[in-house]
Amino acid sequence: MAMNRRDALKSFVLMMGGTMVGANVLLTGCSPENQIVGLEFSPEDISFLDEVGEAIIPATDTPGAKAVGIGQFMVMMVKETYSGEQQESFVSGLNMIKTDFKKVNGSKFMEATQEERTAYLNELNQKAMTSEDNEPKVIGMLKDLTILGYFTSEIGATQQLRYVEAPGRFDGCADYKKGDRAYAL
Amino acid sequence: MANQSYDAIVVGSGISGGWAAKELTEKGLKVLLLERGPNVEHVKDYKTATTPPWEIPHRGRRTVEMIENHPNLKRDYVLNELNLDWWAHESDSPYIEKKPFTWFRGYQVGGRSLLWGRQSYRLSDIDFNANLKEGIAVDWPVRYKDLAPWYSYVEKFAGISGNKDGLALLPDGEFQPPMDLNCVEKDVAERIKNYYKGARLMTIGRVANLTQPLEGRVQCQYRNKCWLGCPFGGYFSTQSSTLPAAMKTGNLTLRPMSIVTRLIYDKDSKKATGVEVLDSETNQTVEYDAKIVFLCASAFNSTAILMRTATDIWPEGLGSSSGELGHNVMDHHFRLGANGTMEGYEDKYLFGRRPNGIYIPRFRNVEGEQPRDYIRGFGYQGGASRSGWSRNVAEINFGAPMKEALSEPGPWSMGITAFGEILPYHENTIKLSATEKDKWGLSILEMDAEIKDNEKKMRVDMMNDAVEMLEAAGMKNVKGFDAGYTFGQGIHEMGTARMGRDPKTSVLNGNNQVWDAKNVFVTDGAAMTSAAAQNPSLTYMALTARAVSFAVEEMKKGNL
Repeated sequence: MAMNRRDALKSFVLMMGGTMVGANVLLTGCSPENQIVGLEFSPEDISFLDEVGEAIIPATDTPGAKAVGIGQFMVMMVKETYSGEQQESFVSGLNMIKTDFKKVNGSKFMEATQEERTAYLNELNQKAMTSEDNEPKVIGMLKDLTILGYFTSEIGATQQLRYVEAPGRFDGCADYKKGDRAYAL
Repeated sequence: MANQSYDAIVVGSGISGGWAAKELTEKGLKVLLLERGPNVEHVKDYKTATTPPWEIPHRGRRTVEMIENHPNLKRDYVLNELNLDWWAHESDSPYIEKKPFTWFRGYQVGGRSLLWGRQSYRLSDIDFNANLKEGIAVDWPVRYKDLAPWYSYVEKFAGISGNKDGLALLPDGEFQPPMDLNCVEKDVAERIKNYYKGARLMTIGRVANLTQPLEGRVQCQYRNKCWLGCPFGGYFSTQSSTLPAAMKTGNLTLRPMSIVTRLIYDKDSKKATGVEVLDSETNQTVEYDAKIVFLCASAFNSTAILMRTATDIWPEGLGSSSGELGHNVMDHHFRLGANGTMEGYEDKYLFGRRPNGIYIPRFRNVEGEQPRDYIRGFGYQGGASRSGWSRNVAEINFGAPMKEALSEPGPWSMGITAFGEILPYHENTIKLSATEKDKWGLSILEMDAEIKDNEKKMRVDMMNDAVEMLEAAGMKNVKGFDAGYTFGQGIHEMGTARMGRDPKTSVLNGNNQVWDAKNVFVTDGAAMTSAAAQNPSLTYMALTARAVSFAVEEMKKGNL
């Protein structure tokens, strides 16, 4: 199973040509069944994912997703928690975004402004949410991993949210003012 | 060389075994406490108890490798990267599912006392009388008055916080001050009370988390990470409570990595003379002698030890003369209920993470109510909270708007899940496999149990009543759910060596004494004659303390 997926992905990547995410698919060690063997991401892939994450959760008065190393986090999660099928959707989806973004905006994603990137990803998200099978699935994955990675990061939990390790007491009816930050878990 | 000899041997160090060890050592007996798994030292071995979220590698999500390696654990929340070593791995300890069966075990010092849900409720005479009244299985050999003083005794030491609600079917106990309901729960509780004119009650869970300090233990710090071990000793576990008390006496020897294969039975005296232990690291077999033995190895493992004992006399093992050893498997069936959202309360929030929820005691098939098309009943557990960053905000755009929106708490919602009683069916069984063995060469268990008509009819009410109550409480978007139930998933396995009044139909008498070997006591879930709907651990504690008191009196009289 794992072998077939690897071969399928490899040919897919080669077919698309250019600098493709997942192009480093190699025969390395063993991984669980139902996952792509040797799925690797290049430093360029990680920078790309950092910018995707930053377009979803940007720096404001607090740091954004890039500052928490969202690219690294995403590839780790994709490698370790995604099934082979999900990995395929993720990798092919990123390749699609690269090509499609250029088609729509006339420039490469990495060379565009953050406003352009955010606008494009929003479009894609709307498309996925209104399509019957949530295609392209990659946008839901990017959103999920960015939110998870950001709000559970040290910056997200302690600067963007309020982190209280040992509250020491329980108040089930505490006052809340609109704008107060949520407590991190 | 003569075997090492003790006054008493306790098999298993979880909730029941910890209590047996404490009570026996405090009464002056020299005790050997055997645990099949490794030691877990209080605080020192709670490796992830204070790990911040950003240091949890997958932020609590499962890896594909974990899922593939744990086909059984993956069926529920128990498969988690933070405490994976505290749940017995199916590769080392397999079992056979003749019918689908989920068996979640804790094979380490402390057992599942480290991992339990801590909800602590007394059974009442509606429960103890039920079998007799309805002609189900056999009558309990005890009544509430027999256990009441022992419930009080264990509650005071364990530290149970709760509210005195004055209900006959859920008797009050020796409680520490209750935790608070939050404002939405208070509102819902009030509306349920009014709507049902006092016939249904929503109260705060009675929970083995301290709201006041006890010796060597600090009150709950509202971290809600109990299942990782509590560095404050905020909840009852063997490690925080019974083990230190037993150690303090100087009478306890704890031996981890010790799998008890069988009891040594002497047919002339009709007593056990000790136990045979397989060292799980060295694979060496050792024997220990004792005057009395307490089996507290968790329901099915205590029964498996009996099944491997005295097979030269009874091929099916010690206690099988009743024809009931391994029968009457029970659990609580659940995973259904309802949830909904509560409008308003935007100016209210929660501070602290309360490791407890609400409880709605049984209200079906009780006095004064129209009987249903099934017998017995169910209770609900759940709670209200404001959602956090993981909520869906589909309408909000990526970028700063979404970042800000998710940084504020979302709407209030509340969910309740029903826990229902399963009847003791003779044909629901566990037995030792004739062919399959584990890596230590011990026959593994084969589970053959299912819920039947009574439970299935009950499940209709369990979901519908939840929907009705939340709607009556003014909640919106109320939806019923039934996530399906596999036997064992309640992690409340009970029965297989039941208590009773007659050796022909029960394995244990009213003092948890094996009819066929009076110096052997079984005081864990195996002993249960019926399941009731309440979480059972507090009853194991009470039965254990009571049985120890009886055993020691009998020893003094020369009867054991």
